[in-house]
Amino acid sequence: MKLPLKFLLPTLAFAILVGFFVVGLGRNPGEIPSPLIGKSAPAFSLESLDDPASNVTPTDFAGRAWVLNVWATWCGGCRQEHEALLAIARDNQVPIMGLNWRDDRALALGWLTELGNPYVSVAFDPEGRTAIDWGVYGAPETFLISAEGVILKKRIGVMTPEIWQREFVPLLQAKAGAG
Amino acid sequence: MIPELGHFALILALLLSIAQSGFSLAGAARVNVAWMAAGRSAVVGQFVFIVLAFGALTYAFIEQDFSVLYVATNSHSQTPLFYRVAAVWGAHEGSLLLWSLCLAGWTLAVTALSRSLDAPFRSRVLGFLGLISIGFQLFMLVTSNPFERLIPSASEGRDLNPLLQDFALAVHPPILYLGYVGFSVAFAFACATLLEGRLDATWARWTRPWTLAAWLFLTIGIALGSWWAYYELGWGGWWFWDPVENASFMPWLAGTALIHSLAVTEKRGLFKSWTLLLAVTAFSLSLLGTFLVRSGVLISVHAFATDPARGIFILAFLTAVIGGALLLFAWRAPRLKSAAGFEVTSRESFLLFNNALLVAALGLILLGTLYPLFMDALELGKISVGPPYFELVFLVPMMPLLALMGIGMHAAWKRGLLSLARTRLYVAASIAVVGALLIGGAAYGGIRPVTTLGFALALWVMLSSLSVPIVRLRARQPIPGAVLGMVIAHFGIGLTTLGITGVQSFKVEKDVALAVGDAAEVGGYAFRLTALKNLVGPNFTGVEGDVVVSRDGRPVTTLHPQKRLYNSGGNPMTEAGIEVGAARDLFVALGDDLGQGRWSLRLQYKPLIRYIWLGAILIALGGAIAALDRRYRERVVARVGEPDAAAAPVS
Amino acid sequence: MRFLILAVALCLSPIASAIDSGQRFDDPALQARYERLIHDLRCLVCQNESIADSNAMLASDLRREVHELMVEGRTDAEIRTFLTERYGDFVLYRPPLRPRTWLLWSAPILFLLGGLTVVGLIVARRARAARANPHILEEEPDQQ
Repeated sequence: MKLPLKFLLPTLAFAILVGFFVVGLGRNPGEIPSPLIGKSAPAFSLESLDDPASNVTPTDFAGRAWVLNVWATWCGGCRQEHEALLAIARDNQVPIMGLNWRDDRALALGWLTELGNPYVSVAFDPEGRTAIDWGVYGAPETFLISAEGVILKKRIGVMTPEIWQREFVPLLQAKAGAG
Repeated sequence: MIPELGHFALILALLLSIAQSGFSLAGAARVNVAWMAAGRSAVVGQFVFIVLAFGALTYAFIEQDFSVLYVATNSHSQTPLFYRVAAVWGAHEGSLLLWSLCLAGWTLAVTALSRSLDAPFRSRVLGFLGLISIGFQLFMLVTSNPFERLIPSASEGRDLNPLLQDFALAVHPPILYLGYVGFSVAFAFACATLLEGRLDATWARWTRPWTLAAWLFLTIGIALGSWWAYYELGWGGWWFWDPVENASFMPWLAGTALIHSLAVTEKRGLFKSWTLLLAVTAFSLSLLGTFLVRSGVLISVHAFATDPARGIFILAFLTAVIGGALLLFAWRAPRLKSAAGFEVTSRESFLLFNNALLVAALGLILLGTLYPLFMDALELGKISVGPPYFELVFLVPMMPLLALMGIGMHAAWKRGLLSLARTRLYVAASIAVVGALLIGGAAYGGIRPVTTLGFALALWVMLSSLSVPIVRLRARQPIPGAVLGMVIAHFGIGLTTLGITGVQSFKVEKDVALAVGDAAEVGGYAFRLTALKNLVGPNFTGVEGDVVVSRDGRPVTTLHPQKRLYNSGGNPMTEAGIEVGAARDLFVALGDDLGQGRWSLRLQYKPLIRYIWLGAILIALGGAIAALDRRYRERVVARVGEPDAAAAPVS
Repeated sequence: MRFLILAVALCLSPIASAIDSGQRFDDPALQARYERLIHDLRCLVCQNESIADSNAMLASDLRREVHELMVEGRTDAEIRTFLTERYGDFVLYRPPLRPRTWLLWSAPILFLLGGLTVVGLIVARRARAARANPHILEEEPDQQ
């Protein structure tokens, strides 16, 4: 019983397709990796949340690694990760700058008063232009920026101590070791 | 209590499916009449218990039994009765039960209507259908039980998504599923044929009406989905190339190729292995659609709530069924050869080109839909393949197909004899071109290449179709059901093409801000907002606007777009106001309150859009007429194992 | 999780906030270009919709960006580059032409020519056989 190759082609094509599906089942099609990883952090100069007269910019942290956390009072996940952010801030390894995205100033300040403030400074972005420059598409999002001002990592979604330890700390240590 | 009985009924249905498969396949192998009869009885039993299970779930919805998790997630104390019943198939678990019910129904129909088939073949068909039933019922019982209890029971349900609280939910999924599932019959016929190693082509005649029936349901199902999206989703769009929409369109394309290929195989015994492969492919694409919508591998507005376990189960089932069928094909198909010949301009030739173009279209849509998955799996990044791609590439095989369709209808079997049709074809082509220029230029003030081509091809197909019965009547020849069906279906394709060309080329859409008393102009019509009133419905509140539409100063109609907030919570929904016309639709959707008495509205002018769905109805009607052609109801006795022999010519 | 539910609910309701009454161009050609652009860009929140049709806040922000870039005089290519620099190729509904999408964009012509060639060869073979042996034109399958 010989099997001419051309009759096996459909089976072969199907097998390849199934292979892709198996891999596909393990991936998240809606999660969009950032094209800014490895590039310079986009510049901005926004009003500080608590003081409209003073400005917040990335150059405030020039020369050291830092973290940008995108948050808003309308964001449920931001409330969930707040504890984790406070813990990271307490550790004092890296300063965290908040980017308050499309929010109400009074509500945001009240939130920080009530829940605690892990941020060294908070940039107020009511129109969302800076968020777009950073490729933000949901809250919360957290970026790790190197001392040279290069974006090393982006976390999409709630930050937890485990993820911080597993994905962010090694990058910080590698940079510290190399520098 | 009732839900538990329903659950039990489902378990019994599974056991009967196993009995159906076991007895049928074993009975056929051993030619054991008693076993084969037992298999047929199991079919009836399976059907009865699936109906009971479905009834139990429906009862739980009607009685608003929020102790059943599925009911609590998809219903609410204020949801009207009609939608409570439709909600039975509104989400994942219930839709699987609907799938299973459709399959049990088709299996019962095959059992009842195929007494003229020889018993072992018929049993094998039922056996294969049973294997598919087992898969779906097992899937439900293991991962997606519709009868799962919620303990403690909810005091209030989460309500059916307001988008689904619409008449179309009552009809779109059931009819669509009848189509999807109906291809399993052709699939089972193909598997039985391959398993038996039949060398003749009688199976093609048996399969054809079943395939036509499934195909016509799928046609209506897809058209209903498109129509529903149009009036419900508020953007006036009618096709979005969403992965799940593509997943329904691909089996349709395969099914269309299959019904044409079956014609060649039935008539001349040619291309048996290709037709068998198509039969396997059509149903495989149905199953693939099931996988895509429930596994989470693709982003889709239709996607049911997913979890990894379900995705893995379906993929395993898919692999077993499709992989098994394809291996069966690889094993048996090489023996199927035929030596018949035909001329270059013969009908066989045109049908082959039809298949090539339909399969090319199918391949393009498959590639485009899965490409993001391929790239992501290979870690090449995330891309999107959307309407701009599909709209462009779909035209590439479709335009030649429409052109050839008009000629192929007049080609004779074996010899073509197109010279006889030359005059009428030239006449049709001339009228089509002139007509296209007239429609584009005079009616809509724009002569553009692609638009004109689209109109010309539409008119060409319509005129060519009409000329077939005209010629026959003039020659006092009868018009058999199959021919009449073909004419109507092809005419319908032309009509749909006309609608698509019209609306895509000449639609106008405008977003405006109006206060009461203001007006705006779109597509030659003036839209004036004359009132805004508060609105209270059975399970929602909202705002309704009165928009008076006029043309050249004379009033045409008043539209009532609404914005609703459902009591069960969630975001506001907009219900568009639509004026249906023979030449165009007018469409108004209410947006947001902008303050100071002004509201945003989206106004649209959609020329010829109704013909898209009218054409689809004709396509389905054509299929129905062809399926009911008398010759399929005549007894056909098959001779197993004989290669094609010369027989009396068929008319 | 709550954000996810909000986003899903927002994305499943037909337009309310997708209607912008403020951002129009008086010039119909510019307006047509704007509409084409926003229909070709994918919303990253409601990923089944273009930014033209999406209710999401980000979609209206992105529409505003496109509008402002057009007012600045940027070309379509520059506007698309602006967005892909920030969000990657995912934001384009028309896949860009790159080595990795070569197969996707050449598929139409490949499939068409491939299919037509295969069928053409089959038809030629059968027609040749029919010419050589006219009696095989008469072969019929077993039917009554």
